[in-house]
Amino acid sequence: MCTYLTVKDDVEGSAKGPGGSWFRVSDVTVYYDHPVHAMAEHTLNIDFSAPAGGPGARVALELTAESARALVAAVQRALDAVPQEMLS
Amino acid sequence: MTQLPTGASASGSLTATTITIQGHGGDEIEAYVAMPEGDARRGGVVVIHHLPGYDRPTKEIVRRFAELGYDAICPNLYSREAPGASPDDAAAVARANGGVPDERLVGDVSGAVDYLRALPTSNGRAGVIGYCSGGRQTVLSACHIDVDAAVDCYGAFVTGTIPPDLPLKVTTLHDQLPELRAPLLGLFGAEDSHPSPEQVAELERILTDLGKDFAFHSYDGAGHAFFAVNRPSYNVVAANDGWERIESFFARHLGG
Repeated sequence: MCTYLTVKDDVEGSAKGPGGSWFRVSDVTVYYDHPVHAMAEHTLNIDFSAPAGGPGARVALELTAESARALVAAVQRALDAVPQEMLS
Repeated sequence: MTQLPTGASASGSLTATTITIQGHGGDEIEAYVAMPEGDARRGGVVVIHHLPGYDRPTKEIVRRFAELGYDAICPNLYSREAPGASPDDAAAVARANGGVPDERLVGDVSGAVDYLRALPTSNGRAGVIGYCSGGRQTVLSACHIDVDAAVDCYGAFVTGTIPPDLPLKVTTLHDQLPELRAPLLGLFGAEDSHPSPEQVAELERILTDLGKDFAFHSYDGAGHAFFAVNRPSYNVVAANDGWERIESFFARHLGG
């Protein structure tokens, strides 16, 4: 289905994008919908982008729901392991 | 076997190219057009691409309609947001912007219909077909544009309710359905959840009450996007039967 369900937020960081170049990302869009490339009917899709750099300034991920949950847990575990004073 | 319309080239020869047409508000937008060989009079088909964009499989559909004997066109609904971008990047931008506004969609499809009817090969008839989000946009178009036939392939949010926190700017079409002005063929997957069988049944009830000309078919064992040849959702039984129904429907309403 086209879920139309889209969550957006601002982010600050960098990603390695088209052509192997790093660029600063400013936006993240998360949605559960048809993938472009992954062999699954639906995936949890994450676009890290820099709209100021044009449509091609984007790093895209397409993960199965199970993989996306594993990613969320891994990110949380990694952050939990960091001493509070290092989180800024 | 379906009788091909008179516009079909016996050899299946066709030409396909990218052009610019006038869309909503007179904007110049990109479009992909495919035409059968020869100058026989024929109908036209507007293909509305799915939310993932103006992509290669959609262009294959456009060429298939040309092979079937129609002048066919697919406007790039994301021309404004991301001119020249790859289809997936353009779709990502459009999605992040909240999708395509309905008014703009109607203007773009209207421009595509005008383009088809102005072709020297046109018999004056034009239909519209859309997949996924384009299914809803097909019904929307047929409520506002004078087309001769419309095919909704599993379009969600024609009926039902919109989740209150949905970021995309989409509404149901309940209030617009009385304006539906073309015969409608609907093709759905019984295993789909957007639209669900209940939402399809609701649309069927509404169109029956309104006295509209429509025919719906739901395929057991098929989910959403069963026509999508490059996705795991592809269902050969549903897709083959669906294509045959589309061919018959368009031959009846656009042929001659």
